[in-house]
Amino acid sequence: MSDRVCKAPVVVIEPPRKRVPLDLKDLWDYRELFATLAARDLKVRYKQTELGIAWAIIQPLFAMVVFSVIFGHFAGFSSRTAGVPYPVFTYVALLPWTYFAGTLGRTGNSMVASANLITKVYFPRLVIPLSSVVAGLVDLAIAFVVLLGMMVFYRIIPTWGALLLPLLVLLATLASLGVGLWLAALNVEYRDIGYVIPFLAQIWMYVTPVAYPASVIPERWQTLYALNPMMGVVQGFRWALLGGMPFPAFPLAMSVLFVGLFLVTGLFYFRRMERTFADVV
Amino acid sequence: MADLAVDAEGLSKLYKLGQRESYSTLRDVLGRAIAGPSRLLRRGREVAAPAEPNETFWALRDVSFDVRHGDVLGVIGRNGAGKSTLLKVLTRITQPTEGRVEMHGRAGSLLEVGTGFHPELTGRENVYLNGSILGMRKNEIAAKFDDIVAFSEIERFLDTPVKRYSSGMYVRLAFAVAAYMEPEILIVDEVLAVGDVAFQKKCLSKMGDAASSGTTVLLVSHNMAVIESLCSRAMLLEQGRLLHIGETAAVVEEYLSLVSTVASQDLAQRTDRQGNGRLRFTRVGFRPDDSGQLSDMAQCGRDLEFVADFTSDGDLTNVNASVAVYAPSGQCLIVLDSDMAGMMLDPVPKQGRFSCRIRRLPLAPGQYYLNLFCTAGGEIADWVQNAASFSVEAGDFFGSGKLPPAGHGGLLVEQEWACDDNDASAVEPPTVEPG
Repeated sequence: MSDRVCKAPVVVIEPPRKRVPLDLKDLWDYRELFATLAARDLKVRYKQTELGIAWAIIQPLFAMVVFSVIFGHFAGFSSRTAGVPYPVFTYVALLPWTYFAGTLGRTGNSMVASANLITKVYFPRLVIPLSSVVAGLVDLAIAFVVLLGMMVFYRIIPTWGALLLPLLVLLATLASLGVGLWLAALNVEYRDIGYVIPFLAQIWMYVTPVAYPASVIPERWQTLYALNPMMGVVQGFRWALLGGMPFPAFPLAMSVLFVGLFLVTGLFYFRRMERTFADVV
Repeated sequence: MADLAVDAEGLSKLYKLGQRESYSTLRDVLGRAIAGPSRLLRRGREVAAPAEPNETFWALRDVSFDVRHGDVLGVIGRNGAGKSTLLKVLTRITQPTEGRVEMHGRAGSLLEVGTGFHPELTGRENVYLNGSILGMRKNEIAAKFDDIVAFSEIERFLDTPVKRYSSGMYVRLAFAVAAYMEPEILIVDEVLAVGDVAFQKKCLSKMGDAASSGTTVLLVSHNMAVIESLCSRAMLLEQGRLLHIGETAAVVEEYLSLVSTVASQDLAQRTDRQGNGRLRFTRVGFRPDDSGQLSDMAQCGRDLEFVADFTSDGDLTNVNASVAVYAPSGQCLIVLDSDMAGMMLDPVPKQGRFSCRIRRLPLAPGQYYLNLFCTAGGEIADWVQNAASFSVEAGDFFGSGKLPPAGHGGLLVEQEWACDDNDASAVEPPTVEPG
C-alpha cells in the first residue's frame, strides 16, 4: 500500500493558464487511444454500405469521368496537358485532392462528432482530430492502385520523383490538419463551420489545378496562385508521376511555409480552446 | 500529506449563462466583434476574467476537501447543486476557474456507462474501444478480457454489433468494462442506477470490493441507500458550496432535511412548469387525518389524502389530474390518475382543490418526490415536475411492527404467507424480492 502511494503519479488540476504549452508528452501517453480511435474509424467507415471500400475508388473515378468530358473535351483542356492523356492528368491530381478534402471535412467535424466523449472522459483533445486523419490514408492507397492501372494502360512511366510521394502525402496531411484544427476548434462553438466546410472545399478545388493545368493561369497571377498550399502538392504529384514538367519548387516552398504556419497556429489555437470544449460543445 | 488521495483547495467553477445549453452562431459573434474586435480572439480568456457578473453563475464556489487513500466519499446534493461539475473538474474534463486539486494516484472516471461505444462495432471490439477510452492499456484489457466478458454475462453475443443488443445487454457489457478499470482513485456518477436489480447488486458488490481493497472512491448518487451502504464519509453540496462533509449518516440526514424545506416552497411561484396554463396548481400537500391541516409528513400504513389547490379559467371540460410519486433514485413508484381511476373531475371551478384519497399508504419510510400533471380537453394545462417532496415516517403497515430494512424501501405490499406440507416434493416456498 505505502509503496503504491509513493509511486503514485500526482496530477495537479488548476485553472487554465494564459500561455498554454503544447504538452506533447501527454499526447504521447495517449498514443494507444489514438490507435484505437483510428482503428474504430477504419472499421466503421464502410459498415452497412453495399459497395463498401469501393467508395474509395468510385469518388475520384467518377470525378475523373465528369472532368474528362466537361473540362477535357468540351472546355478543351485536353490539348494543354503537355501530351499526357487528360483522364490520367486529372486523376493524378484528384488523388491528393480527394484525400485532402475528405480529411479536412473529417477533421473539421471531428470534435463536434465526438461531443459525447469530450463531455465524459478526459484525454488530450488533439487525439480526436489526429486520429481522424488515418482513415483517409487507406482510401488514398486504394485509389492509388487504380492510378497504377491507368498508368499501365496509357504506358506512362513514373519519374524518380515518385520516391518523394510519401513526403507530398505528408504535406497534404499536414495541410488538412493545419486548417482542420482551426475548423475543429471553431466548430465546437460556432456550428456555422459545419456549413462552411463543404463550401470551402468546393471553392478551394477551383483554385487548385485539379481539373485544369496550372499553366492556364496567367503568369502575373502565378505567385498569388501559389499561396494555395494544395497547389504545390497537386503539381508535385504530377511532376513525380507524369514527368514532362519542371520541379514545382516555388509552389512547394510556399506550400511548406503556409502549412507550417497553419499547423503551428492551429495547434496552439486548438490547445487554448480545448479547455472550454467540454463546457461549450 | 502522503496519505491523501485527493486534496482540493478552494475549487470554483464559473459558467457563463447559457454556455452549456446552446452554442453561439457566428452572426452573434460578428455583431459583438464589430463592437470590440479584440473580443473575438480573446474569448478563450474570458473564462478567467468574466465581464458581466449577471451573465454568469458559480457552479462551484470555494469547495475545499480532502479524501484519504482507501476512503469512499459520497457526494450528495439536490439537482444543480454542483455535484456533476465537481466530478467534471476532478476528472479533468473541464478546468476550474479558481482553486487547485492534487490527485495522488491513477484516476479513473465513470460518468456514464459505455462512453464511446460504437453501435456498428461488435461487443468484443467495443470492449477494447471503451477500455482504452477509459484509460486502460491494450495489454491490460487483453489480460482482463475474459473476466470482463464473464462479468457481463453476454458471451454468446460477443461478436454481434452492439446496435443489436437490448439495452440491458448493452449496459452489462459497458459496466463490465468499467468494473475492471481498477484505478487507484475511482470517480463515479450515478451510473449504478442502470440495469436490472440483480445486475445492480452485482455492480454494487463490485464497487464494495474495490473500496475494501483500498481503492479510493468518489461516488455521486441520489440514492441515499447506496450512499449509506458504501460510503464512509459524505459531502453535501448546495448551490455550488460545500455545506457539510463528515460522517455519512449525519450528512445524509442534513440532505433529507434540506430537500424537505424546498418542498414547502410556494407552488404558485414556480416558473419551471409546462402547459397552456388554463389550470395552474398553486399548492400541494397531504391531509394525514381529518383535521384539515396540510402537512408534508406522511406515515406508512395510514390513510392519506393528496390535496392540490389550483386556479383555472373556470370552463374547463374533460379534466384529468394526476400525481406521480418518485423515489429519490428517480424511479416512479406510484401514479395516481383520475382518468385511470375512472373518475370525472368536471366541472372544475375557478378556484378549487383536487384531492385523492389512498388507503394505507404503501411506501416504506424515506423521502419521496411528486410531480403534478393536469390535462384539460386533451391538452396539457399544467405540469410541475418535482412539485413537492415529502417524507414518509415509519408506521405499522403490516401489523407486525416491522418494516423492510432501511434502504430496501420502496413499495410495501400486503402479503400472506403459508407453509404447507408437500410431503416428498421439493417445492420451495414462494419468495418475495424486497423492493
